[in-house]
Amino acid sequence: MNAKRSAVIFAWMLLLPAVLYISAIVIYPLIDTVNLSFTNASLRKTYNYVGWLNYDKIFNETFAAVIIRTFIWTFFSVLIKMIIGTFGAIMLNTAVPGRALFRILTMPPWIVPMAIGIFMWGWMYNGQFGMISGVMQNWGLVDGPVAFLAYGTTAFWATVVTDVWIGVPMVTLYMLAAIQAIPQDLYEAAWTDGAGRMYRFRRITLPLLVPSLITMSMISLISTFNSFDIIWILTQGGPSGSTTTMIIDTYKTAIGSYKYGEGAARAVLICIFLSIFCFFYFRVTNRLSTETAR
Amino acid sequence: MSNQTAMINRYKWYEMIAIYAGIALFLIFVLSPFVEGFLVSLKPLSRLFSSPYRFWPEHGSFDAYVTMWDSVPGFARYVFNSIFLSTIATAIVLVLVVPAAYAFARFEFTGRGPLLAAFLAVNMFSGAVLLIPLFRLMRSMGVLNTYAAMIIPGVAFLIPTAIWLLRTYMIRIPKELEEAAYVDGASRFYTFRRVILPLAMPGITVVAITTFIGAYAQQFIFALTFNSKTEYMPLPIGLFAYFGRQEVIWNELMAASFVGIAPAMIVIFFLQRYLVSGLTAGAVK
Repeated sequence: MNAKRSAVIFAWMLLLPAVLYISAIVIYPLIDTVNLSFTNASLRKTYNYVGWLNYDKIFNETFAAVIIRTFIWTFFSVLIKMIIGTFGAIMLNTAVPGRALFRILTMPPWIVPMAIGIFMWGWMYNGQFGMISGVMQNWGLVDGPVAFLAYGTTAFWATVVTDVWIGVPMVTLYMLAAIQAIPQDLYEAAWTDGAGRMYRFRRITLPLLVPSLITMSMISLISTFNSFDIIWILTQGGPSGSTTTMIIDTYKTAIGSYKYGEGAARAVLICIFLSIFCFFYFRVTNRLSTETAR
Repeated sequence: MSNQTAMINRYKWYEMIAIYAGIALFLIFVLSPFVEGFLVSLKPLSRLFSSPYRFWPEHGSFDAYVTMWDSVPGFARYVFNSIFLSTIATAIVLVLVVPAAYAFARFEFTGRGPLLAAFLAVNMFSGAVLLIPLFRLMRSMGVLNTYAAMIIPGVAFLIPTAIWLLRTYMIRIPKELEEAAYVDGASRFYTFRRVILPLAMPGITVVAITTFIGAYAQQFIFALTFNSKTEYMPLPIGLFAYFGRQEVIWNELMAASFVGIAPAMIVIFFLQRYLVSGLTAGAVK
């Protein structure tokens, strides 16, 4: 009994530094955000409580448009990331010469400082001299230069594509690991029974990948919803708000216009959405792990 | 058995072509910005702004790699800052995470599951959501416009993944080794320091590498918001200021980007095996 108790005390001593750190840098700011969302805090030293005023101000058509835009942006980014990433994983799992090199070549977007990859995309999207517009003109797909970041619709999709590009390596490597975790004897048994490659892929690989696909989509959903750097560097939310997601909107309100109170109210809404995603993530992964255990 | 695997994996010639075409398509998407960026860095500025568009540089040269040191004055400083910030952040993360991961891996105590979940839940918030209170916190600590303002918040968001990875590694260390040490009368702390730490070194190395790469890759929002002094700026922010100017000297920006990411590229090349195992150990149960 005594030994057990001292073990628990020792464990908590080991945990204490990390727990205190997270409490100070994440938990306290989280509480402070909720607190500030009920105030008119700004650059001034003092502030007053204003009740639900900040939340009343938010709920208008402009903000509804921001929420809808955020969800469309996130949905398509995650969907395309998962499709391209899984495709890449399947390709890299094939036993062809050079695959070790191909796997290394997948990593740069994930490992290189995000901002620098985004600068390169900024050049690619340049209408007069960038590669995408240039190649499209050379192939006769468009008549004149296309300045992707200058128009609402193209800027929206341009930021989605860059976000996909940043996220793909992670999805690819995760799905590759998941494919390799499938027991090899399943394939051997199917092969012995005369099952063809496509049949084995459809009946063994795909069904067994479903849990990993769901888990990765949820992880990807949370990080994509939080995406800031890409949009801020490429468009800063423009042109005329067409790439302003909830995160960008919060940043502009709080840091750009110094309206800390209104910014905090927006941040609280983001936290609520994230908590819902997180709740589903834990529910789904729990269910998946109990199902596989059975 | 391995013979059978080899036979299963034998492809027909048209399957080979399809696979290589698929890989090529995938890698073109992943690598084209780097290829284009590199070619831009070789093009003289006058050629850069000429139409029609040409993919391959004419009169290509490495001039931009020389001139950029003058036109991006703080460049060497930015690279130093980036490496310095990542190194300090990694050191703090390790100090906090190694004991915590050991506690999660080995000790039974009430609330262990929820506490671990709480740590992992930190991952769902980005810095952007907590920016306002963090800004006030940094201001009241009096560290705005210092290295600390970029390191302190950054560390918090590197902790969850590091704990998860290291815990997974430490669970695999056989319990008998500690029990033998206890039987010999060693204290818990002594056992942790002299038995567990040496055994966990490979795992700690992987965590250190992934944390460093994470810290190096994600320097943006805190540096953008909490620091305005040029001499403390990490590379992405330093180049962002340059990127935002009216007339961007693109070939020099690209040259600077490539020199700036060279350290990361070298690390990937030599340590890619650790990186993949680091990522997948935590991800696939």
